[in-house]
Amino acid sequence: MLEKALKGSPKYYLWIGFLLLVIAGASSIYIKQLMEGLTITGMSRDVSWGFYISQFTYLVGLAASGVMIVLPYYFHGYKKFKDLVIFGEFMAIGAIVMCMGFIVVDIGQPQRMLNVMLFPTPHSMLFWDMTVLCGYLLLNVLVGWTCLECDRQHLPHPKWTKVLAYVSVIWAFSIHTVTAFLYQGLPGRHYWLTAVLAARFLASAFCSGPAILLLVIMLTQKLTTFKAEAEGVATLAKIITYAMCVNVFFFLCEVFTAFYSSIPGHMNSLTYLFSGFDGHAELVPFMWTAAAFAIISLALLIPPKLRNNLTLLPWSLAILIIATWIDKGLALLIGGFNPTPFETIAPYWPTGKELIVSLMIYALGALVVTVLFKVATDVKQEIGASQKPTAPCESEAA
Amino acid sequence: MNNTRRNFLKFMGLAAAGLCAASAGSALAVTASGPSVKKGEQALKAKHWAMVIDTKKVGTKESIDALAKACHQAHNVPNIPGKQNIKWIWAAGYEEAFDQPNPYMDEGLEKREFPLLCNHCSNPPCVRACPTQATFQRPDGIVAMDYHRCIGCRFCMAACPFGARSFNFMEPRLHLDLTSLNKEFPTRMRGVVEKCNFCVDRLAHGKQPACVEASNGALAFGDLSDANSEVRKLLREHYTIRRKPSLGTEPSVYYII
Repeated sequence: MLEKALKGSPKYYLWIGFLLLVIAGASSIYIKQLMEGLTITGMSRDVSWGFYISQFTYLVGLAASGVMIVLPYYFHGYKKFKDLVIFGEFMAIGAIVMCMGFIVVDIGQPQRMLNVMLFPTPHSMLFWDMTVLCGYLLLNVLVGWTCLECDRQHLPHPKWTKVLAYVSVIWAFSIHTVTAFLYQGLPGRHYWLTAVLAARFLASAFCSGPAILLLVIMLTQKLTTFKAEAEGVATLAKIITYAMCVNVFFFLCEVFTAFYSSIPGHMNSLTYLFSGFDGHAELVPFMWTAAAFAIISLALLIPPKLRNNLTLLPWSLAILIIATWIDKGLALLIGGFNPTPFETIAPYWPTGKELIVSLMIYALGALVVTVLFKVATDVKQEIGASQKPTAPCESEAA
Repeated sequence: MNNTRRNFLKFMGLAAAGLCAASAGSALAVTASGPSVKKGEQALKAKHWAMVIDTKKVGTKESIDALAKACHQAHNVPNIPGKQNIKWIWAAGYEEAFDQPNPYMDEGLEKREFPLLCNHCSNPPCVRACPTQATFQRPDGIVAMDYHRCIGCRFCMAACPFGARSFNFMEPRLHLDLTSLNKEFPTRMRGVVEKCNFCVDRLAHGKQPACVEASNGALAFGDLSDANSEVRKLLREHYTIRRKPSLGTEPSVYYII
């Protein structure tokens, strides 16, 4: 099926060429990082993880989000998601590739990376994170690819794919739970040391992930003959709305616990993020932007009239994505490391080089997603499934 | 005849498989037991190494800098300016060290500086976090590191609630005076984490830790499990505190206030 990725319009080739160019150009900065070390980043002795690990954390959410389509489809037999399932699975593959990329570029000695497998250490959460991520990648490749291949040949899906799809639903929850466990089990990092962190991670993943997926699907509809079923899209938007409500609720629980108890350790990180601490207020404008965007996105998503307006929906989703990205892709790490164990503030901001290396990983992810989505839409076109009204077989998807 | 070609091949195949299994087994057996290292005859031994710091005797920045100089010289710790620096032992004020601010503290204590270093916790979060066992706890309680196994993921740095760990963001040898290296201890490469090792290298040669030696008696080092050791004597006679006891990491560094 992969040959479908080789035949495309000039626009498609232009986009692929552009991504390859970005990857090649940015990799020169990564090579510089390999030669000189992580000193080219803005990280420090006190903020020892930065932009790379926060992108990893955010993208684990994107990887887990496919489950919001797979779960209703396989567990509840919700057939309106039939044409979306493959995109959820393929998006997860792209997201995990990016997650792994961000881990590789963050490691000080990447050539020793396999030590994690050579000396398996079950008491380290990083070992489990590697295990669940590799497993989730394998599950999605196996299930997604096999089902698409069967669709193409007009064959029923083999029974084992259904079993693996069930496993992948549970697995999706595990990848983001384990990622939260990386943080929430560390003594002395108050912003992370909270039982609700894993739940918060899942809630934020289940709104931001499907939001990104839905935006990419809308783009796919614009660029190809693929047409998703309107009711499926509306249901996905509803799921995003519920998840965002839960996400905001969990965050407010954090705020209440910190400020009603008035325990300095619990308050300090939030104070630093939202109003500044010890004369440092680097993240204050970002945090209030995130708060405002979260509220605006809810205001645009909760009323069904606004949510079902397909010209407004992409904007609501974009606003939601920005809000959740600031919360998890930026503030989570910086707020976790600040105040430092010495009750001081160590400001962190990614350097240009750090951002370029991150761009390389994002471009790599975009390349994987483009190729996989191209294959999927071409197969759907070939078999005449989920096509725009001009195609005769539109009703088949139902 | 039983000696068919088929039987011959079967026999040879089995023999080859057996040879492979045997050699693999013996190779695994070697890694399982690990290479045996002979203990030095004059090595100092203990069941639980600990340090007691008399902060009344070593309470100024200058006196602590002298300890840091001895330590960093002994372990080839580079002096890197800026926020990507490396330190094994350093000076900090009361609030930074013990995070129990008190607005009406006595002036002497408020101005006093405290030497901070790895606490060699009995229940170390860094050992728990390390995905490769590059950071490990020795039977004598010392939390040690294998710089050649460390992948530089810095999970241990996030896990340590005492900020005791440093990462080699850049090539450390660029910031070392290569003419005055201590050849008894290795330099590190970029991309690995490092920290105070309670001078395991010196203990193996029967020497006290470098900072203890340089402290003129302000720092004591000994075996917690030995009721007659100097550290136990000091702990019996003085009021001592440890950093962040509520986290349950059980530090092995005690401070006489």
